[in-house]
Amino acid sequence: MLAELKKTESKGNRVIVTVVGPDCVGIIAGVAQVLASNGINILDISQTILQEFLVMVMVADMSGSPVDLSTLKERLAAKGLELGVRIDAQHEDVFKFMHRI
Amino acid sequence: MLTLQEIMETIKMVQEENLDIRTITMGISLRDCAGPDSRQTRTKIYDKITRLAGQLVKTGEQIEREYGLPIVNKRISVTPMALVAESSVKGDMVDFARTMDDAAAAVGVNFIGGYSALVHKGFTGADHRLIDSIPEALDVTTRVCSSVNVATTHAGINMDAVYRMGQVIKKTAELTADRDGLGCAKLVVFANVPEDNPFMAGAFHGIGEPECVINVGVSGPGVVKKAVETVKGADFGVLAETIKKTAFKITRMGELVGRTAAERLGVPFGIVDISLAPTPAIGDSVAEILEAMGIEICGTHGTTAALALLNDAVKKGGAMASSYVGGLSGAFIPLSEDAGMIRAAEAGALTLEKLEAMTCVCSVGLDMIAVPGDTPAETIAAIIADEAAIGMINKKTTAVRMIPAVGKKVGDYVEYGGLLGSAPVIPVKPFSPADFVRRGGRIPAPIQGLTN
Repeated sequence: MLAELKKTESKGNRVIVTVVGPDCVGIIAGVAQVLASNGINILDISQTILQEFLVMVMVADMSGSPVDLSTLKERLAAKGLELGVRIDAQHEDVFKFMHRI
Repeated sequence: MLTLQEIMETIKMVQEENLDIRTITMGISLRDCAGPDSRQTRTKIYDKITRLAGQLVKTGEQIEREYGLPIVNKRISVTPMALVAESSVKGDMVDFARTMDDAAAAVGVNFIGGYSALVHKGFTGADHRLIDSIPEALDVTTRVCSSVNVATTHAGINMDAVYRMGQVIKKTAELTADRDGLGCAKLVVFANVPEDNPFMAGAFHGIGEPECVINVGVSGPGVVKKAVETVKGADFGVLAETIKKTAFKITRMGELVGRTAAERLGVPFGIVDISLAPTPAIGDSVAEILEAMGIEICGTHGTTAALALLNDAVKKGGAMASSYVGGLSGAFIPLSEDAGMIRAAEAGALTLEKLEAMTCVCSVGLDMIAVPGDTPAETIAAIIADEAAIGMINKKTTAVRMIPAVGKKVGDYVEYGGLLGSAPVIPVKPFSPADFVRRGGRIPAPIQGLTN
C-alpha cells in the first residue's frame, strides 16, 4: 500500500516548509535563501495573514539537495530565530497520508 | 492538492499538541531457540534478537528524521519466556532475563517484553519457575519487562496464580525498594491478554504471531484534547464525531510509520494499536480530555460515561484508518504517567474504586498505581481478582500494574521520572479478603465463555 502510494503520488522528494510568525520584511527572501543554498527547488508558495500572523507554506523539491531533512530543519529553525518566526519542514507523505485516503 | 488548512493542522498536531508515535515494537519469535541446554538456548536467543533487531533503532531514528514525527520508543517483544525456557531443565531462570537484558542493551532499545507466562488455566513446571523468579529478574535487569496472564473468558480465573502474583508483586517491591519499587512498574498481571500489544510493560510476542513482525502504538491525547476543546458546548453526537475524525488522522500516522519501518526492516507489518497513551507532560493527558468534555475533575461523577464515549470514538475512527488494528486499542489510564490523573488523585477525586469502574470501559486496567507499602499480598491479589473478573465477564482485556511502595503511606509519592512519571500513594480498603483469596483453585469460566 505504501509502495503504491509512493509510486503514484510522490514526485521526487518533496517537503512542505511552513513559516508562522509576525510579518516583517525579508521573511520569504530569508527562507528562499536557505533553500537555494542547500540546492532545494521551490515549487509552490502560498501565504495568508491570519489575524496579525503571517502563515506561509512552501512546497519544495529536495531531490537535488546534498543535505538530509533533519539538517535542513536545523538550518531553517536557525533562520527562523533570526527572523523572529517559526520555520519547519516536513516530508510531504506525512500530510498526504493523514488527510487523503 | 493539500489545502493550507490541512497542512497547518498537521504541523500544529506535531508541534503544539504532542502528536507522536509512542512506540515501534519488533515482535520476535524465540520458539526455535528452545533446547535442553540452557547455555545454548540463551546464546541462540541473544543471536536471534541482535540479528533481527540490529537495525531497529537506526531505522526508527531515520524515519523520525525524514517525517519529522517523534517516535518515542523503539522496543522488542519476544515469545513468553516460560515457553522458550521450558525444555532447558538445568540452569537458573533468571539467566534468561539477563540474556534478554543483554540483547536489548546490544541493540539499544530501552525495554524488552516477554519475561512472561500464560497460566490462565494452570501452570506447567516452567511457569512456576518463571513466576517464582520474577522479583529477582526485575531486580537484576534494567530493560526486561514481565507479564503474567491469569484469566481468560474461556478458562476462568486461575486464583492460585492470582494469589501468587500478589506475593510476587510484594516481593518485587521489596527487592527494588531503593528505586521506589521500580520493578513493579515493569510487571503486569493480565486477563484476556492480547498477543500483539506493542505497549510495555505488557508486550510479548504471542504464539499465534509470525516469525518477526513490526507493531506500532500511536499516541496523541494532546491532539484529541485540543479537538474536544473546539466543540465546547456541542452535543454528544458532535463530540463523538470530532474525536472519531481526530483518531482517524492520528492512526493514519501510525500506519504510515509502521508500514515504512516494516518495509525497511524487511519484516511484515503487524498492527497499529490505536491507544491514547498519556505522558506526564502537560497537555498530553487522557484525564484532561475527559475534563475538556465538561467533567470538572477526572474521577467525579460522569467520568466513566465520558471515558466510554472517548474509548469507543477512538476505536471507530482508528478502525477506519487502518485495516490491521490490534493490541489494546483504547485509552490508557495509568495514574503515574498522566499529569491530569495525578492531579485528580491528589485532590481526592480519583480513588481506587473509581479507577476500577473506569477500567470497565477503557482499554487496560489499574495501571501504575501506588498503594501503601504495608498493603498485604492478599489485598493486592484481591484487587487483581476484581480486575480479572471484570475482564473475564466482559470479554475484554484488563490488567493490574500496582506498586506497594515500601515504607510509604497514603499521601507520599513514588518518583520514577521519564515516561513512568510519579504517583501519589492512594488508599486501599483496610478490610481483609484473605480467606477468599486463599481458597485456591480456579473460578469457573462464565457462561459467556461458551460461545461456539
